Amino acid sequence: MKPAIDIDLDEIMERYPGRPESLIFLMQDVQAAFSYISPEALTLVCDYTGVPMSQAYAVATFYQSFSLEPRGEHEIKVCLGTACHLKGSQRIVDELSRRLGVDAGQTTEDLKYTLETVNCLGACALAPVVVADEDYLANVTAKKLNKLLKELSQDIEERP
Amino acid sequence: MSKASTAPQLEGQRLNSVADLELLRQNRQEQQDPNRAEVIVCHGTGCLANGSPKVAQALKQAVAAAGLEAAVKPLIKITGCHGFCSRGPLVVIRPQGIFYQRVQPGDAEEIVEQTLKQGQTVERLLYHDPQSDELLATVEDIPFYNLQQRVVLKNIGWVDPTDIRDTILRGGYLALAKALSGMTPEQVVAEVERSGLRGRGGAGFPTGRKWRSALKAIEKKGRPVYVVCNGDEGDPGAFMDRTIMEGDPHAVIEGMIIGAFALGAEQGYIYVRAEYPVAIRHLSLAMAQARELGLLGQNILGSGFNFDIQINRGAGAFVCGESTALFTSIEGRAGEPRPKYVRSVEEGLWGRPTVLNNVETWANVPQIVEKGGEWYAGIGVPHSTGTKVFSLVGKVNNVGLVEVPMGVPLAHIVEKIGGGVPGGKPFKAVQTGGPSGGCIPYALKDTPVDYDSLTKAGSMMGSGGMIVMDERDCVVDVAAYFLKFLEEESCGKCIPCRLGLSRMREMLESFGMGQGSEEDLQDLGSLAAAIADGALCALGGSAPNPVLTTVRYFKDEYLAHINEHRCPAGVCKELITYSIDAEACTGCMTCARACPQEAISGQKKKPHVIDEAKCIRCGICLESCKFGAVLVR
Ligand SMILES: Cc1cc2nc3c(=O)[nH]c(=O)nc-3n(C[C@H](O)[C@H](O)[C@H](O)COP(=O)(O)O)c2cc1C
Ligand code: SF4
Ligand code: FES
Ligand code: FES
Repeated sequence: MKPAIDIDLDEIMERYPGRPESLIFLMQDVQAAFSYISPEALTLVCDYTGVPMSQAYAVATFYQSFSLEPRGEHEIKVCLGTACHLKGSQRIVDELSRRLGVDAGQTTEDLKYTLETVNCLGACALAPVVVADEDYLANVTAKKLNKLLKELSQDIEERP
Repeated sequence: MSKASTAPQLEGQRLNSVADLELLRQNRQEQQDPNRAEVIVCHGTGCLANGSPKVAQALKQAVAAAGLEAAVKPLIKITGCHGFCSRGPLVVIRPQGIFYQRVQPGDAEEIVEQTLKQGQTVERLLYHDPQSDELLATVEDIPFYNLQQRVVLKNIGWVDPTDIRDTILRGGYLALAKALSGMTPEQVVAEVERSGLRGRGGAGFPTGRKWRSALKAIEKKGRPVYVVCNGDEGDPGAFMDRTIMEGDPHAVIEGMIIGAFALGAEQGYIYVRAEYPVAIRHLSLAMAQARELGLLGQNILGSGFNFDIQINRGAGAFVCGESTALFTSIEGRAGEPRPKYVRSVEEGLWGRPTVLNNVETWANVPQIVEKGGEWYAGIGVPHSTGTKVFSLVGKVNNVGLVEVPMGVPLAHIVEKIGGGVPGGKPFKAVQTGGPSGGCIPYALKDTPVDYDSLTKAGSMMGSGGMIVMDERDCVVDVAAYFLKFLEEESCGKCIPCRLGLSRMREMLESFGMGQGSEEDLQDLGSLAAAIADGALCALGGSAPNPVLTTVRYFKDEYLAHINEHRCPAGVCKELITYSIDAEACTGCMTCARACPQEAISGQKKKPHVIDEAKCIRCGICLESCKFGAVLVR
């Protein structure tokens, strides 16, 4: 989830034609590159596609993939799909939310972690499943969460 | 999965005719040495998460280290999900079809030495069949596989989805060649009609009839017409469409090209769920390769027919799986459903005639065209023809993807193929049809799994999720779970859906806390009817189903919550207490250390006790106890 500062917004715009139907594509690419959509980026996308700000804002809030606020360095996603639910994934969300001090969908104040939930990752055989950044954790238990949080915090500390 | 394999060099080859395609296939066939070993490492999501890339890497190294001659050098191939995800990482060795399960990188050398060099099996990696108590060596021996009939999934586990030539070798694009060289568009539509194929995305609308009405709409309104593939797969607990897009992307693409030919469409769209990056990667790669070979794009196979496809990524909204919302989303706006005064076949994407079909529906089309509608109609039962892929998850031994002819009994899928519930007890219920479906109790285990029988039982086919529940699962909790899911995903446009679902969810949650009354149970019924009546789309319309079926089949369990303030399954947090069985407790202190509330006290080697006032019922002690001493009541 490290934002790629060197990606240029203009370069993203050039990937698609400047038409209203490019709106979602552009917002997805901005989201992927910066892990959120800043007001400047949204303005630029609107100017480029000719979509009014109010409509772009409606799109940004309608779809769950878009975030208008900066996100944490690490994203922890807990699957709340049916298979995971039956195997107690709500307890895992509760536990993480207690440890990190944020609710699902929120980012910690130090911008280190974002806690998210997702509905089925298609790995139901491994339920309950947690995805930390890109890594899948199978059959998650409280013990595995301890290990995960430890690894992630070490990763943050080790960075200059 | 494409990380491990490199895109093949197609050397600027372009197929200018149907004969060219046949030639390429024959060439590949001749180059193929039937005796050369193929080591197949599953790279479906389940196996990937279990570490299959490391297994593939270790196998490559072991093969290199063994110094096998170029002539006997095995081919290491990665494929999509083999379906038996609970046994992953899986490795299959062909031509024998030897099946190795739960393979770790450390097993690679032994596999190369024993199996590839000496032709023997590594026993400890074989599947042990609990029924016969035998070790089974090959895929064909294993009941999980030999009780299935794989039509849609026939290539998955065989082809490398990142190399189009592999698919062509197994007969890919033959149906397209047949359609382009010997059939009129009308004949293609007739063949799909004859097959009896019904949409696999939920509603089960006959596909041939949909295409026929699109032709009528085109007569009136002219072209352009669009073909669209629904790969939004939002049902939580379902992953068949994902597996098809990842493991056999060409089946979907070929189906769409054939559909486009039948309707005279030049542009198609595939709408893929945001959480499926590998599916997007494989589809894009497959389309690029198909274009390079002249199977997609301008002048397909030299026939003069032009058609291309664009991929749209979803952005995380379940309701976008609904047809009109999906079109709005492709058009770049917030995906709210529209009223269907006019049907999508007449006025769909960009207001034009549009045919929208599900991933699995499209993937069936090539085989129907190739082998004939009659062949297809011969599989399954009269009003539900063909096969259906199900994702079998929850409290079942063999979690994974299974494909069976329509109409087999539910118990055949759950007990025979799925191996039943862990621990050997009968299942409690099977939830089919996702959030719009219902729960089928054990008493109805012989219900044939086809569109009409499931509907009669109060559930529905839906997209094919099958969630097995056992006695530790609470139906009130599951019904509340689905309602909460739909309430969050409702676009909020219709008041009955928005307010009705939240009211229903509140009622269920109050049952879960031991509140509410029997009258509330009655009220649920009328509320459900009001929601179904006033909702614009099927999200709201079918949302009450899980509640209605559970009330119908498990009324006693609801009453236990309401009247006795008791959750028989031991799930509903407010109604359970955790305690420690003094006899079983060894005083190891593990639970006391694990408890985040410090609610557990007791000395070393002496039985511990839980302070109910401090306990937040997080279940961590239960999970941490190795002696089964934590009790839930
Ligand atoms: C809320 C909602 C969500 C849906 N989600 C999907 C989906 O994820 N995939 C799908 O194929 N169909 C979905 N459908 C059904 C589609 O509206 C449509 O019926 C289907 O894609 C048509 O294709 P088929 O005839 O091949 O099934 C959904 C319907 C509703 C009301
Ligand atoms: S029924 Fe619900 S989801 Fe469907 S359009 Fe109405 S409010 Fe939106
Ligand atoms: S329900 Fe969690 S991965 Fe499917
Ligand atoms: S992912 Fe390997 S069997 Fe499903």
